[in-house]
Amino acid sequence: MENTEPLIFERSSPGRHGYSLPESDVPAVAGGDTIPAHWQRDSLPLPEASELDVVRHFTRLSQRNYSIEHGFYPLGSCTMKYNPKVNDATAGLPGFSFIHPDQPESTIQGALALMHNLSQALMKITGYANCSLQPAAGAHGELCGVLMIRAHHVKQGNPRRKMIIPDSAHGTNPATAAMCGYTAIEVPSNTQGTVDMDALAALLDEDVAGLMLTVPNTLGLFEQDIVEICRMAHEVGALVYCDGANMNALLGTVQPAALGLDVLHLNLHKTFTTPHGGGGPGAGAICVNETLEPYLPVPLVSEDDGVYAWDYDRPDSIGRIHSFYGNFLNQVRAYTYICTLGLEGIKRAGEYAVLNANYLKERLRDAYALRYDRTCMHEVVFAGLKEKAEGVRTLDVAKRMIDYGFHPSTVYFPLIVPEALMIEPTETENKDTLDTFIAALLAIAEEAQSEPDKLKDAPVSAPVRRLDETTAARRPNLRWQPPE
Amino acid sequence: MDYVPHSSEDREAMLRAIGVAGTEDLFHDIPADVRHPTLNLPPGMAEPEVIRHLNALGRQNQNVQDMPSFLGAGCYNHFIPSIVSALILRGEFLTSYTPYQPELSQGTLQAMYEFQSLVCLLTDMDVANASMYDEATATAEAVLTACSITRRSKVIVPDTFHPTTLEVLETYAEGRELTLVRVPAFTLADDGTFHDCWEAVSAAIDADTACVAVQVPNFFGWVHECQQIADVVHANGAMLVVSADPVALGILTPPGAYGADIVTGEGHSLALPPAFGGPRLGLYATQKRFMRQMPGRVSGMTKDLDGKRGFVMTLQAREQHIRREKATSNICTNEALAALAFTINVSWLGPAGMRKKAELCLSKSHYAAAQIDALPGFTVTSPGPYIKEFVVHCPAAVRSVNEHLLEQGVLGGYDLGRVRAELNHHMLVCVTELTTRQDIDRLVAALKALG
Repeated sequence: MENTEPLIFERSSPGRHGYSLPESDVPAVAGGDTIPAHWQRDSLPLPEASELDVVRHFTRLSQRNYSIEHGFYPLGSCTMKYNPKVNDATAGLPGFSFIHPDQPESTIQGALALMHNLSQALMKITGYANCSLQPAAGAHGELCGVLMIRAHHVKQGNPRRKMIIPDSAHGTNPATAAMCGYTAIEVPSNTQGTVDMDALAALLDEDVAGLMLTVPNTLGLFEQDIVEICRMAHEVGALVYCDGANMNALLGTVQPAALGLDVLHLNLHKTFTTPHGGGGPGAGAICVNETLEPYLPVPLVSEDDGVYAWDYDRPDSIGRIHSFYGNFLNQVRAYTYICTLGLEGIKRAGEYAVLNANYLKERLRDAYALRYDRTCMHEVVFAGLKEKAEGVRTLDVAKRMIDYGFHPSTVYFPLIVPEALMIEPTETENKDTLDTFIAALLAIAEEAQSEPDKLKDAPVSAPVRRLDETTAARRPNLRWQPPE
Repeated sequence: MDYVPHSSEDREAMLRAIGVAGTEDLFHDIPADVRHPTLNLPPGMAEPEVIRHLNALGRQNQNVQDMPSFLGAGCYNHFIPSIVSALILRGEFLTSYTPYQPELSQGTLQAMYEFQSLVCLLTDMDVANASMYDEATATAEAVLTACSITRRSKVIVPDTFHPTTLEVLETYAEGRELTLVRVPAFTLADDGTFHDCWEAVSAAIDADTACVAVQVPNFFGWVHECQQIADVVHANGAMLVVSADPVALGILTPPGAYGADIVTGEGHSLALPPAFGGPRLGLYATQKRFMRQMPGRVSGMTKDLDGKRGFVMTLQAREQHIRREKATSNICTNEALAALAFTINVSWLGPAGMRKKAELCLSKSHYAAAQIDALPGFTVTSPGPYIKEFVVHCPAAVRSVNEHLLEQGVLGGYDLGRVRAELNHHMLVCVTELTTRQDIDRLVAALKALG
């Protein structure tokens, strides 16, 4: 990997430029002719660089990144599977990239058809009655879903006040509940790593608006009591939100709607291979049963005899949650992926994701502590090293993975597992890759005993060594400053 | 086809290692009665078939590269140089995760830091985050943040703000006790002309006001004077949220210079093609004193163990994975790749390119406006200076004008009747540096037939 690269501002030199824009083909109007002088800026200290400077800079920055295309990226709950190149090719077609969202419907029939087809496919996979593609990310889908739950209760006459969330949940769940005006109430997990049913029963009352559950949960375990949980929630009029971050495990095996879950968000950037892009754009989709269907955001796409149109006529809708219709180009990618896989491919994706995770679990169980010794789904969570070593923490194990050529797994999440090490291999990794990774993790466990400094000093092979995060937060330097 | 690489030998070896007879044994926690439903999905396709299918769908859309388009209204077709897609499609950027492991993510983290710096320089603000979903959600979060900081609940917005942003704001505000006051900032004369009554916004501010949110240029394209509003806002202990078009900031005074407390904006026009409205790129910048209330991810510069410069995600104590229900927002995934595209493009443009882009918009929009205004029956009625969008009062309903234009192979401007029924003769026309004189002359010729 590239070792150093200055800031683009440090590559700048006055008078250089890279841009290429045409000369005006109409009489030139300067700012001063139409805009009062004091409304115009007097300086704009942006970098000045040639096109080659810019290309080199960002190429060199790219070489300071690890990616799926470099190697195994076993982050838990992130589903870092292969992002097929054909998806980028179709998303780049001018018929998708160069259409304006306010064009007349007659000129965008292909785009509307694609959104309609994708929605239909997601509904078939998940079993829901309807779906909106508007959320731009998973957390955005959560916001949308919980606002719909709220709208349902408001319609019943009382928004209610509480949202029950397991202690193993993603942080977005309580954050979303709070954004929607709910008090997050934590329900503990039992010794099996699933929801403690007695504790849940004690918390459920008619002030509970809903539950937010991740299925399978963040421990990679399927909630065996899920059907009963939904029944109990419904009995007090509460609805159940499913965080679909882990949907990859369930592809083709079970439709979340059939379990009684009322609303589900999908991360198209996890389960359906749209690239993560270093943190986004993602794409959510929010799927609902008949109870919540009236509250979906506007607009939806309707189809009548092969003609597609926007449907804004939804009086109970929560309204809009995005400027337009969500991250459309990622919808094109996800649709391309689903078309490619088809029925058999979808089933195989889920099946092999679970096979790969269980293989890792079995091969690593002698060296890493299994807190919940059960069949896992698409990911496995260890409570750090089985044989603890003096001064060696899970973070050290993770950083040492870098020196073996892998991206570290997720660490210290879920919060209920001490020294958590969370590994999600996905279905697109072959057995050789998994075996190499297993060998590395076994070697690291040995090093923890014999040469612990190798872990504590890791990584030594990355572009930088461990970074001072404390000073970064205490004395934040968040931007370049022009010289005085 | 699929992307599962396992041979049957691999599969058998793995099942043996796990100690189960088949994969079915791995799914026994799922209730048997709902396992393996009939999915009713079509069979998969080989790559040439997928491409053929998607090509066919794409060709059912008329795109703005193939016909002159005068649609803007929040989604713009500005020029994006070839280097942007070439660089952002590099797998190292495209297929990396959120940079939680900084040692392997220095490329993304440094690009985030550079993006934050560019946003600060364009807006003249102290700090910026690494992006929000879009301008609408950035503005909604800015308003909610202003309410939290001031512990007040009254939000004032002029009715010249983008109507969709206001809809998103209403959706976001649902869980909060918040009063949204929409102030009429223009009047419509009998002859269809717009008259500015911007002073009404200042007049609406009082000691209960949490914030005023204004847009520069506004939804209709003209620029409001904001210094006086800022003074009144601050005299009342409230905050000023400014949503600014970064292209216009190539010319306009940056909001930080007149005292904006939070600046948002839509960055897609400097990053990505229109793409049917997504991905977008929400910009969010603020003053240093509000840094720890800012939503979203932030990259910060620091040093590694050897004292070498490096970058990490920082101020994470604001975020959902640490603070959970006390987080400043639930946002995690943002629009990182679009932010990278923005960073590449603005670096390529530099100060001269930004200025030239804005001036090309200015020249071409004023040429178009003059040509249209000269047509019998058509009046350009923007009561303030504009850069790339202006309002035209048409002799017929815009809906029918646009149908006529489409028959002539031209995508007409935005029908303001969609926002407010009495504006159904008003068209919002958008002209960018990509609009040619030939495009404008074609529009004018087609309109002439209607005059």
